[in-house]
Amino acid sequence: MKASRIAGVEDAAYRIRRYALGMGEVQGQGYVGQALGAADILAALYTDQLTFRPAEPEWEGRDRFLLSTGHYAIGLYAAFAEAGIVPVEELETYGSDDSRLPMSGMSTYTPGMEISGGSLGHGLTVAVGYALGLRARGNPARVVNFLSDGELDEGSTWEAAMGAAHHRLGRLTAVVDINALQADGPTAGVLRTEPVVEKWAACGWNVQRVDGNDVPALLAAFDAVAAQAADDGAPSVILCDTKVGRGVPLLEEREKAHFMRIEEHEWAICREQLDEGHRARTETRQEAAL
Amino acid sequence: MTTGAATTTAPKGPKLKTSAMIASFADPGQRTIPAPFGNALAELAEQDERIVGLTADLGKYTDLHIFAQTHPERYFQMGMAEQLLFGAAAGMAQAGLVPFATTYSVFAARRAYDFICLDIAEPELNVNIVGGLPGLTTGYGPSHQATEDVAIFRGMPNLTIVDPCDAVDIAQAVPQLAASKGPTYLRLLRGKVPSVLDEYDYKFELGKAKVLRGGRDVVLVSSGLMTMRALQAAEALAAHRVDVAVVHTPTLKPFDEETVLAELAGDRLAVTLENHTVVGGLFETVASALVRRGQARRVVPIGLPDAFLDAGALPTLHERYGLSKDRIVERVLAELG
Repeated sequence: MKASRIAGVEDAAYRIRRYALGMGEVQGQGYVGQALGAADILAALYTDQLTFRPAEPEWEGRDRFLLSTGHYAIGLYAAFAEAGIVPVEELETYGSDDSRLPMSGMSTYTPGMEISGGSLGHGLTVAVGYALGLRARGNPARVVNFLSDGELDEGSTWEAAMGAAHHRLGRLTAVVDINALQADGPTAGVLRTEPVVEKWAACGWNVQRVDGNDVPALLAAFDAVAAQAADDGAPSVILCDTKVGRGVPLLEEREKAHFMRIEEHEWAICREQLDEGHRARTETRQEAAL
Repeated sequence: MTTGAATTTAPKGPKLKTSAMIASFADPGQRTIPAPFGNALAELAEQDERIVGLTADLGKYTDLHIFAQTHPERYFQMGMAEQLLFGAAAGMAQAGLVPFATTYSVFAARRAYDFICLDIAEPELNVNIVGGLPGLTTGYGPSHQATEDVAIFRGMPNLTIVDPCDAVDIAQAVPQLAASKGPTYLRLLRGKVPSVLDEYDYKFELGKAKVLRGGRDVVLVSSGLMTMRALQAAEALAAHRVDVAVVHTPTLKPFDEETVLAELAGDRLAVTLENHTVVGGLFETVASALVRRGQARRVVPIGLPDAFLDAGALPTLHERYGLSKDRIVERVLAELG
């Protein structure tokens, strides 16, 4: 894998994290922890994987990215800004009255937002229909559903998992963010979802499990999906273990919470830590290139 | 379980035995048409390639099997998974198709509400929800009797609700449901469905109520199969020298207040008739419209009680809960004093 490809995604992930921190600070709150954790996945998708036209969000040929977890919208808006779908300046309206960027992702508000998430366990069911419909219309676009490990609690996710395999939706990919955390605490203590690899495999999916904060590993997983993708093959799932607050040590080390409190004076520290990590990574890369 | 609603004497003769899932509410010898929904959808699909049919393991029981036979490549079996059924229907609509998704009304309204609400109604997608066994059209018991589906669905923004009377209504409604922009819910009558409205000067128009017959003494406002009963009761009441008007309101939401309230402006006895609990359905739709327009007056509700209903044979149950022609006639005569 080319170093420039990896660097491109990592740099995009850094900017997505920075945008997310900016939105969180303006609003004084937000699901910043999740956005930071998912930034590498979103960067891989929006700068390396998905086909789309930034100025034409309804273009028929686009790959469909369906965000189930509406509260991750802060991360997706950041990815939209990185991808040129929404202007960077607009991010500061996040969560404000009359903004196109509400706290929970809604298709009727935001260009590029394919579905209204938020009520968990919906996205994969819609993705199944989307993939069926595109195939019926002869449109080879891919459908990617981003869901969280918390959504594996919902029975509808498994209805959809069985349906996708039954209908052999080879152009459907599920990306599961396993941050091992949900509203009431660690997933293991709320409703045990492991062993997740075996569950998806038993439903008839091609399964990979990767470190979702390791860009080369993510790209390799997406490449493997692309190599397998067939019109009537098995659907694919990439199970991504991620870290809430990734890239900002202050938040990575904080007691994990679904809704992370960040004090007013801490935003600057978060930004500095993120920038510091990015600088260190850039220097390592330059040294390696010498 | 008893509801205490069995106030009339039991029908004479041997006890009717069937509490089967699929029962007919057609009267003996009544003219019927087989599978009007399935046939109408198959016909529409010939003209519109966007039409697709989905079901949750109830294709044969919602007449969608007719469509499956004529258009197998546009028929999608989603399994006994109603959340998937409606989520997938939303996805198909987003891909540019016009889905008709069938299941029983109880499962659409009770199991899959969140999916219909957020994935279909909020983005105002053209998904047509088709629910079998509405109200009291099965004697199978509360698990399958959708006595409160309209009450559940009326609160959902953007959703058009249609309660057809017969095969004529259904055949004419299907293309209009497909042509209307947002989502719709059709209270399906399946199998051999009575054909009644072709005897009147009538055409189904989405969103419109129609006066089927005039009458000086009483005005019956009805939807669904109760319009058939209202027409029968009106004939029977003529023999008692009671002149009865019948207003059919197949679209329950948006409701044609103009037509209905104009009919309720006088001092005729006003009665609503619905195959649904008296909570949250046609009666309350009419009552709220009257109050909102300052036209408050007495309205007699004929409908199902606010109760879980008994299992049993449909004719027995329609008699027991007051939906039969004879019970309607009795009630109207009693109200007239």
